[in-house]
Amino acid sequence: MYEGVVQDLIDELGRLPGVGPKSAQRIAFHILQADPVDVRRLAHALQQVKEKVRFCAVCGNVAEAELCRVCQDPRRDPALICVVEEPKDVVAIERTREFRGRYHVLGGAISPIEGVGPDDLRIRELLGRLADGTVTELILATDPNLEGEATATYLARLCKPMGLKVTRLASGLPVGGDLEYADEVTLGRAFEGRRLLDV
Amino acid sequence: MSLYRDDGIVLRTQKLGEADRIITLLTRHHGRVRAVARGVRRTKSKFGARLEPFSHVDVQFFARGSDLVGRGLPLCTQVETIAPYGGDIVSDYGRYTAGTAMLETAERFTENEGEPAVQQYLLLVGGLRTLASGAHDAHLVLDAFLLRSLAVNGYGATFDDCAKCGMEGPNRFFSLQAGGVLCGDCRVPGSAVPSPETLELLGALLSGDWETADACEPRHCREGSGLVAAYLQWHLERGLRSLRYVEK
Repeated sequence: MYEGVVQDLIDELGRLPGVGPKSAQRIAFHILQADPVDVRRLAHALQQVKEKVRFCAVCGNVAEAELCRVCQDPRRDPALICVVEEPKDVVAIERTREFRGRYHVLGGAISPIEGVGPDDLRIRELLGRLADGTVTELILATDPNLEGEATATYLARLCKPMGLKVTRLASGLPVGGDLEYADEVTLGRAFEGRRLLDV
Repeated sequence: MSLYRDDGIVLRTQKLGEADRIITLLTRHHGRVRAVARGVRRTKSKFGARLEPFSHVDVQFFARGSDLVGRGLPLCTQVETIAPYGGDIVSDYGRYTAGTAMLETAERFTENEGEPAVQQYLLLVGGLRTLASGAHDAHLVLDAFLLRSLAVNGYGATFDDCAKCGMEGPNRFFSLQAGGVLCGDCRVPGSAVPSPETLELLGALLSGDWETADACEPRHCREGSGLVAAYLQWHLERGLRSLRYVEK
C-alpha cells in the first residue's frame, strides 16, 4: 500500500481491462517519473474523449459530431450497408480499403444465455434505415462465432422479405497459413464458400 | 500437475483477457468443468472454432492440482471435434434459441463443478443431435429435453396417473407443487386444467413418443410449453434467462 494519491492512481488504473495490480503499479510509477507536460497531455486526452466522443445518430459508430466521419462523407455509397457488432469492427473493415458503403453498428450480438435479445441491439434503427428503399445490399459482418452467426441468421430472415440483397462475409482459411493446420470447422466453411475462378 | 482427457459439450464461453476464453463444458466423467482456452479468439487459433457452444468435443486438460476441478482453472491443451452441432443449429434461429435454453438448463442442473452427471450429459448430447437434425420442431425438442432433465434430476412429472394417490389416468388437474396431474379427489386450489391433448403431448414428450408429439396441434404445443416452463421455474426457483427468447 502506498500513500494517498499514489494508491488512488494505482487503484484507478487497476480497474482498466487487462491491467492487473502489478501492471497498475508499474504504470503509476511511470506516470510519476514522466515529464509533467506528457502527463497533462494524457489527462487532457482522457477528458476530451469523454466530453467530445458520442455515438453517431445514424449508424451508432463513435463520432465527434452528431454524425460520424463515414455518414458525413457524400462519396460513400448509401446503397450499401455493412452491419457490424462493435465500433472497432468498423476500424478493422476500413483498414481493408475495400468497402465504400456505409455502416450500421448493432452494439453486440444476440446471446440469449447472456440475456441479450434482438430488442437489446440497434436492429429497430437498422430497419428504419432500410425503410426508404435507398439501400440495395446489406452485408452482414458480425463476428464469425456462434452469436455472430445467429445474429446474421436473424437479420437475414428479417430483411430478405424487404427485397434486399443480403450477403454474409466469407469465412475460411487465413491468408498465409498452411492448409494442414486448419481445423475441420474452418476448412468446412472454406469449402462451403468456395468460388469459381475466372481465368 | 496432471493431464485429463474427457469428452463434453461446450455450454458457454466467456471472454478472458486479450485473446483467451473461459469455456464451460458438460463432460461425461467430470460433470461441469470450467477451463481456460488460451489464444482461441485469435484468427490463427488452432482450436478456437472447435470450442464454440453446442460443439461436442474430445478435450485434453492440464490441471495444476491433483484433481481436474478445485485448484484454479485447468487449461484446454488439445481439442478434437466429435460432432459440430453448432453449424446446423445456428442456421435456423428457432433452433438456436431452443438450443441455448437447453445449454442453460444443463448448466443449471449441474451446479457443482467436477461432480459427474452422466444422465444429464447423455440427455444433452441426444437433445442437441435431434435438434441439429431438424427431424422435429425445435420447441418440441426443447420441451422434451426440459421434461427429461427434470426427471433425471428427481423432479419427474406425471401426466397420466394421479401424482398423489396414484389413481389411474387420464386425470385433468395439473399442479406444479404436486408434480403433475391430480384426480378430482386430490386436486388442490389453483390447479390448472389443461386440455387432454396437451397432457397427452407432454406425456409423449417425456416418454419419447415422437409420432404423437409431431401430430399435435400448435395450440396444444403452446399450452404444453407454458406448463413445462412454469414447472421448470418452480423447481429451479430462478427462471432461465434464455427461455424468454425462445421462438414459439
